[in-house]
Amino acid sequence: MELTISIILGFMIIGAIYALHAKDLLSAVIAMGFVGYGLVICFLLLKAPDLAIVQIVVETITLVIMVAVVLDSTRKELEVSFDRRSLLTTIAGFIIFAGLFYFFYGAIQNLDPLGMHSLRMAETYVYGAVEKTGSINLVTGVLFDFRAYDTLGEAVILYTAALGALTLLRMKGKK
Amino acid sequence: MEGMSTIVKKVTQLMVGPVFLYGIYIILHGHLTPGGGFAGGAIIAGAFILLLLAFGNNVINLKKEVAGSSNTESIAILIVVVMALMSLLFGAKVFFFNFLPKGEPGELLSAGMIPLYNIFIGIEVAGAILTIFLSLVIFKEESSK
Repeated sequence: MELTISIILGFMIIGAIYALHAKDLLSAVIAMGFVGYGLVICFLLLKAPDLAIVQIVVETITLVIMVAVVLDSTRKELEVSFDRRSLLTTIAGFIIFAGLFYFFYGAIQNLDPLGMHSLRMAETYVYGAVEKTGSINLVTGVLFDFRAYDTLGEAVILYTAALGALTLLRMKGKK
Repeated sequence: MEGMSTIVKKVTQLMVGPVFLYGIYIILHGHLTPGGGFAGGAIIAGAFILLLLAFGNNVINLKKEVAGSSNTESIAILIVVVMALMSLLFGAKVFFFNFLPKGEPGELLSAGMIPLYNIFIGIEVAGAILTIFLSLVIFKEESSK
């Protein structure tokens, strides 16, 4: 079980590194698909079918859109020149990374070790959700009852994305 | 945008109905089996995208379609908010309160408001993904002229 997941994770990491360094953009997109579908198999092995369904559909749709974009524009990666400005940006990135690492390291010192968290809220959800919500599927019960604000937020994010795409991609303005 | 070859068209004709029905099944059984509004809505949007990619369409019809899908998703998200507000009138005065009778856990008609939320969230997600895809297609068609 853990060995299988480790092998799939290794393949996913190889796919991600290949996607960064591929000269052909189409093969980079397909290597990114490797990452997504590997994640689907990991979700299924870890017994999270809800996530797996969403991930496989969204991965397929984004892969189709990205392949269409690559086929329509250019398949060659653009040449990136390295000058003084990009050197400054790199140094600034490293400084910010070091600062964030310092503060995160300080923050996680006080956390419980991984997998040993105190499950005060989760226990109430797991053992009382069927009586409280009437839904056997716990994930849906949590999503639409205990955490309904999250669901509303996600739906509004999708709505805003659709509105933004419609507004930004319009060629002719209305008079 | 033009369609694809005859083989792709025939396979799409055979496949798109089951895909659409599977999306509706995932949404309606969201409170019983894995899935729910988000997964089912994405599957339904995938069925429409499959049809569009296989058969193609001209810009005028695409513009009618994007107006329809945009209106559908706006109305669906409005209905979700109104249903959440309705719980301020009935039962406990809490936003998103599940005020309908819970029923027997395990039945198709159970869990009160959750199936209704699932259905409208599913419509919203399907409309939103289809709107984004259609606006990209229309942009490409218009800019290539």
